[in-house]
Amino acid sequence: MNASAEDVDAALAGRNIEAIVIGASAGGVDALVELLPALPSGFGPATVCILHVPADRESRLAELFAARLALPVREALDKAPVEGGTVYFAGAGYHLSIERDRVFSISCEPPVHYARPAIDLLMESAADAYGAGLAGILLTGANTDGADGMRRIRQRGGLTVVQDPREAQAPTMPEGAIRLCEPHLVLPLAAIRALLPQLEKII
Amino acid sequence: MKHPLDDTDIELRMLIEAVYLKYNYDFRDYTGASQKRRVLVALREMDCATISELQAKVLHQPEAFTRLLQFLTIPVTEMFRDPEYHAALRSQVVPHLSTYASLKFWVAGCSTGEEVYSLAILLHEEGLLERSIIYATDINPESLDSARRGVFQLDRMRLYTENYQKAGGKRAFSDYYTAAYGGALFERFLVENVTFADHSLATDSVFSETHFISCRNVMIYFNRRLQNRVLGLFHESLCHRGFLALGSKESIDFSTHANRFESIARRERIFRKAAE
Repeated sequence: MNASAEDVDAALAGRNIEAIVIGASAGGVDALVELLPALPSGFGPATVCILHVPADRESRLAELFAARLALPVREALDKAPVEGGTVYFAGAGYHLSIERDRVFSISCEPPVHYARPAIDLLMESAADAYGAGLAGILLTGANTDGADGMRRIRQRGGLTVVQDPREAQAPTMPEGAIRLCEPHLVLPLAAIRALLPQLEKII
Repeated sequence: MKHPLDDTDIELRMLIEAVYLKYNYDFRDYTGASQKRRVLVALREMDCATISELQAKVLHQPEAFTRLLQFLTIPVTEMFRDPEYHAALRSQVVPHLSTYASLKFWVAGCSTGEEVYSLAILLHEEGLLERSIIYATDINPESLDSARRGVFQLDRMRLYTENYQKAGGKRAFSDYYTAAYGGALFERFLVENVTFADHSLATDSVFSETHFISCRNVMIYFNRRLQNRVLGLFHESLCHRGFLALGSKESIDFSTHANRFESIARRERIFRKAAE
């Protein structure tokens, strides 16, 4: 059951989104290719994307998307301030977190759900840093990373959006989050695409 | 607007303060997100319901602090981690180091020693080990003991061998260790000139002039204030045009010392003290 237009309006009412974290695994690059170009030039919030990529392969995602997006695209560097209007990608081989003073930090703790970077760790730390000012979006993936992170975002008052598992290339990840966190919105990718530009409105 | 602290965050701050006041280990300028996760793991492992309970335990039972310390420090490392970095050491740093009659190295935050043994092997193969002194420092006495023993898990050797070969290793990696009791015991000659010592980057000062400092994936756990302190220490310790090596995702761009170092291998994160 996808969310209706009224559900979307209700979920967005009164929000002031400062940052968006988007997590994905298997099929995630394709999903982001469809999603991210919807971010308009001058978009206010920071957007942080985290995909599971092999640790031994240097992540080229920032380069890949830089050419396709209207916004500046960067790899998230250790101790770099999280700036609005910028799209960031987590690098390979390290966990990525956002500190309370809103700088990125990286770490070498063991993998979580076999993943480093792990979506859970980024989302949990971002939930601590932004509280209700955070939106979490979880897309296609073949493991259950992200479910705990989405739950923390929800607990901290943030907005939670999950891709409809029926259309996801790999349904396990969205299904896991739906079970654990009862997201505000479950939407097909096209509807998430339409939602993205609305996230900077203060309603 | 920043989200207000919740109870866990308040308790965490008080625990870290208590550890500092009681044991003089200063974790106050470590980054919060990773520290919080590790304390929450310690909580489970040490059978405490809350961080406040853990704090009471740590204050009244020194052995509980020793356990907690294992969680507060991060002993995750591997030999010849980032082979391309070690290859760059050979090609771009060794030629400079070879011009010195004697050399001093500092592996800061050496943890269980993997980085130290890797460096010693590399220096041995480049003919520099005999004229080198290596200071290997850490705050965790258990890690330092492991490092001194030089016994690493046998099941890691396949990865380490692969790393070693990619890093331009000149021999068979197995020449450097003996398999015994499920562990790989590394050759003692490698650490003959190594001094393992307790040293805190957060509270101690410089103890020697050095030609080369390796501090890889240590400062990622520090906030900017502590990073600045540490880079200041390194600048003070390094000789004229000395070398500094960081982890593959680390940056000095956000530090007050950024201009005092110049990058000589950008991707491999090798820097040189700038001429003044």
